[in-house]
Amino acid sequence: MSAAVLSEKMNSFLTSLVVPEESGQRALYDQLTEKDFPTTKNEYWKYTRVGKITNSKFKKGQRTEDKGLREKFLLDGNCLVVENGILRDDFTCDKISGVIVTSVKPGDENKIAGFGKELNLNHVFSLLNATYYQEVIHINIAAKTEMEAPLKLVFITNGENVICNPRIFIHADKSAQAKISMQFVSLNDKGSFCNVVSEFIVEENARLTIDKLQNESDASFHISTEQVRQEKNSFFQINTMTLDGGLIRNNINLIVAGENCESHMNGAIIVKGNTHVDNHTFVDHQVANCFSNENYKYVLEDKSTGVFNGRVIVQQHAQKINAYQKNSNILLSDFALMNSKPELEIYADDVKCSHGSTTGQLDDDAIFYLQARGISKDKAKKLLVSAFINEITDQFSDESMKDAIQQILIEKHGWAIN
Amino acid sequence: MKQLLNIKNLHAEVAGKEILKGLNLTVNAGEVHAIMGPNGAGKSTLASVLSGKEGYEVTEGSADFDGKNILELEADERAKEGLFLAFQYPVEIPGVSNINFLRTALNEIREYRKQEQISAKDFMTMVREKSKLVELKDNLASRSVNEGFSGGEKKRNEIFQMAMLEPKLAILDETDSGLDIDALRIVAAGVNKLKNKDNAIIVITHYQRLLDYIVPDFVHVLADGKIVKTGDKNLALELEEKGYDWIFADQKA
Repeated sequence: MSAAVLSEKMNSFLTSLVVPEESGQRALYDQLTEKDFPTTKNEYWKYTRVGKITNSKFKKGQRTEDKGLREKFLLDGNCLVVENGILRDDFTCDKISGVIVTSVKPGDENKIAGFGKELNLNHVFSLLNATYYQEVIHINIAAKTEMEAPLKLVFITNGENVICNPRIFIHADKSAQAKISMQFVSLNDKGSFCNVVSEFIVEENARLTIDKLQNESDASFHISTEQVRQEKNSFFQINTMTLDGGLIRNNINLIVAGENCESHMNGAIIVKGNTHVDNHTFVDHQVANCFSNENYKYVLEDKSTGVFNGRVIVQQHAQKINAYQKNSNILLSDFALMNSKPELEIYADDVKCSHGSTTGQLDDDAIFYLQARGISKDKAKKLLVSAFINEITDQFSDESMKDAIQQILIEKHGWAIN
Repeated sequence: MKQLLNIKNLHAEVAGKEILKGLNLTVNAGEVHAIMGPNGAGKSTLASVLSGKEGYEVTEGSADFDGKNILELEADERAKEGLFLAFQYPVEIPGVSNINFLRTALNEIREYRKQEQISAKDFMTMVREKSKLVELKDNLASRSVNEGFSGGEKKRNEIFQMAMLEPKLAILDETDSGLDIDALRIVAAGVNKLKNKDNAIIVITHYQRLLDYIVPDFVHVLADGKIVKTGDKNLALELEEKGYDWIFADQKA
């Protein structure tokens, strides 16, 4: 007879949370009680310790009555606000033709075609999200829709020791051209945990671009999982900018299921203090004739730490794949630390794949050159960091997000991108 | 005549090794000085020490620039005081545009001198005007600093920057190295146009060739960390013909 060994840590973690009522989530809860949290012995979590999260006692995030949320974050007004995982229906944005946003309650997920289909619930934080999300924010972009301006979503973690499990499902139907921007911020969020899962389905011939900005407080935790599926002739791009947070882990899992697809993942991480930022990307090239490119840049100051793990699989029949990966890092202090690891698994024989990783300090010769022209050392360093990160910020299509990035950089780092 | 640079008994070390061993040099406004000498004599070290590069330690002596002890200033402050170094190997800086960099530099210098910031319009007019001086194509000005520039373009860009910043004293560190004869003529013509009675130029070079175009008032021979001989432009011709050995022989005699 075998019984599942229950993890004390998991059960202690779950005691502070209310057992979900809905039968589907209840069944997931039962699965969850039989799981354990990963440790650094697990290769996938080797450089990121989640002990601070798993030892916490969280309470469920609520919708507050705060009417001033938009003003607090200098939002331009034209955005949807998701507070503690719940879409605020008292904030609306301009209607975009062809784009429908709905909240779907647990138990009604069958209304969303393809929901959860690709998500791996063996990953305990994805399972945690599935067990506890309070609604699914379903965004459908109808076939042939051409979005000129992005749909903006702002996710606010509000309150101390709060756990929130925002759940998003974005469907870009055939030949749609969609842009979504997602901004993660926080309010009074000491010790809070935002565990967000987003699913993206990019249908035939569709283009979907995601601009993502993470700027929560340095006392918070954030785990984000993006599950993407691309059908043939489609285009997907995600640009991630991380400017603040306590512990941040981003997982992008991209399945390229159709031929002639193009996929881009760009990341810029500029952090200081004790912030820890871990980006794990995974591209699964299942079919032939596709292109994928990733470019992640870190600027680490003080005692901040970074992790980049880029995994690419090219399946046996996926010939003529071009898959490129680049990770460059600048350490601005002797105490900052970067761990970078590419993982290429190639089973096809006619592919072009490359990866490169560099970690270093700012070029002293370049600093001196700028100084010799009258630019102070401090300003010279800022110019060089800005030049380093420029390549990524250029990729963002949401202009108001670019402005927000500039403002945060000036406030937190005393410089802006030129 | 106004004295711009006064170096007295300058001793400097790199990584504990003494390179400059008691160098004396005075440069007045309106003058062009050439410094020549064999490899390893300390020519580039002198340029680095004067411009404030890290890693050089002055152990003795002084260097006053326009009445101020510049050895106490940071590299950028020296530039703000009006000292300019044209690099032997200009650094490539991807992602920083020439224009943006120069405007930042110009405005920092103006701020230091308590002058008004330059407007975007005036700045662009100035860029167009000064880039003509060295026949630098407009698009080079908008590209990243020195990135993908040919050897000749890099050197022309140095002189373009000099034209933009209008220094009191410019040190041209082997500006002729790696230049073909046409580029050399352009660079020299640019320098000559910038020369006036209020500023001065120090030309560091291995070869007499550049001095056909930028005619020096004084030629100094730097050897083993000291200036061992000073003459007029004819000294350069003599060096070209006879090499340096005869000077050292004279010294010993």
